[in-house]
Amino acid sequence: MAGTSHTRNPFTQVETPAVGVTVEHLSKNFGSLKVLKDVSFAVQPGEIFVLMGPSGSGKSVLLKHIVGLELPTAGRVAVDGHDAASEETRERVRMALVFQSGALFNSLSVYDNLALYPREHRLADEAGIRQKVMHALKILSLEGTAKKFPADLSGGMKKRVAIARALVMEPQLMLYDEPTSELDPVMSATISEIIASLRVEYRVTTIVVSHDRDLALNIADRVGILMDGKLIFLGPPSELKQPKDPIVADFLTPKIDLQHPRFKQLET
Amino acid sequence: MKQITAILEGFGSTLQLLIRSIGYAGTLPRQWGRFIEQCYMIGYTTLPIVAILSFFIGSVLALQAGYSMQNFGTQQFIGSLVGLSMARELGPVMVAILVAGRVGSAIAAELASMKVYQEVDALVTMNIPPARMLVMPRLAASLVMVPVLALIGDLVGWFGGAIVSKYTAIISIEPEAYFAVLRHYTHFKDVLNGLVKAEIFGFVVVLVCCNIGLNTRGGPREIGASVTRAVVVSLILILVLDYFVTQILT
Repeated sequence: MAGTSHTRNPFTQVETPAVGVTVEHLSKNFGSLKVLKDVSFAVQPGEIFVLMGPSGSGKSVLLKHIVGLELPTAGRVAVDGHDAASEETRERVRMALVFQSGALFNSLSVYDNLALYPREHRLADEAGIRQKVMHALKILSLEGTAKKFPADLSGGMKKRVAIARALVMEPQLMLYDEPTSELDPVMSATISEIIASLRVEYRVTTIVVSHDRDLALNIADRVGILMDGKLIFLGPPSELKQPKDPIVADFLTPKIDLQHPRFKQLET
Repeated sequence: MKQITAILEGFGSTLQLLIRSIGYAGTLPRQWGRFIEQCYMIGYTTLPIVAILSFFIGSVLALQAGYSMQNFGTQQFIGSLVGLSMARELGPVMVAILVAGRVGSAIAAELASMKVYQEVDALVTMNIPPARMLVMPRLAASLVMVPVLALIGDLVGWFGGAIVSKYTAIISIEPEAYFAVLRHYTHFKDVLNGLVKAEIFGFVVVLVCCNIGLNTRGGPREIGASVTRAVVVSLILILVLDYFVTQILT
């Protein structure tokens, strides 16, 4: 773990308190479909917490609860002790979510995508905003893309622009939704390195939702595994190297069994 | 029952969006660029089609009236018929319908696309209320531009009527006579009532289309469904409101 409880502003180097996240008995239903079932865990300030699980296990829905985009059916999610769903919490705590798709504004250039937050919140004059934006682009090695539009970028570049846009927000809490999905192994490793180095540099609390085993084992302080809406594992990544739970082991190191294929078992 | 619930939900969410957007009216001066951009979208890009349509509506009105009125020898009053019809009814309603088809559909498509591709969610996580950035400048622009379009529609429609009245053999009324009758029977209040109607219709169309776009759920297929819904609801609302607003204004 980072061993500090302060986030350092990447631009001013001023330190602000890092924030913790608490999820208490969280359940979420969409109609009759139970997506999250009594999930509880806490993320410490400055920690990198990686949430893993198969597709459809409820990871992204859980992430949306933390940023207040979804309301719990039961239970509570608190950021820095305050209800995650309230607008006051968004005003009090700077949270940035890097969406799986990037969610870049297609009608804006990369520069304007990054400048939107400081402009809307009047954090600096145009010269100051330019400095912030160009610095964030430089951190992510994206200096040449400022005038480009999202449609002109590759998948890896979009992810990095999304991270740069989050960085401009000077967040106390960074959330990543599948940051390495649809990327080649080298770009996946690069993104993992960026996430880890941003935590080291700026001590931001980080929650990553991912399928990526290498990312979890290499950069996480702690890992949670969500399966069918339930948290079935919570602990340091070292415990995942030789998992005791056969379900966890099968998820992390699935064997391709041509004699007894899984889809055939599902059919029966 | 399900459809009634959906209508009530739509009404409630539209009202909520209206209240939230009005709450951000004070931010308009620092959203000047977006306001001007929306004025351009709603006003300038719609102007050619408004002009063409209004010209031919005025022309057809004069032509139809000419054929009927010649039987009574009253074709010299065509100017009053075209003037009043365009100012009080056809001008504002046709402009509102064009705004629904041309601007409302574009707004619904853009906001639905932003919703489906999580751009709206990104705004929320950045603590930038969509009502402030996406809705308020559009509503303000509709208040300014739709009456302007309606006024231009009236003028072009009157002009179309004048040309048809002069060059159609059975009517053959000089523009001076046509406009003299038009001025005599069409009062400032008639034009103003039409502009008020256009103002209301344009505002409602933009509000409804914003709300339907922002409430889009699902995948890309839903973007098309939202656009269709936005235009259909807008057209129904224009005609329903037209009755009630006309009742109030007369």
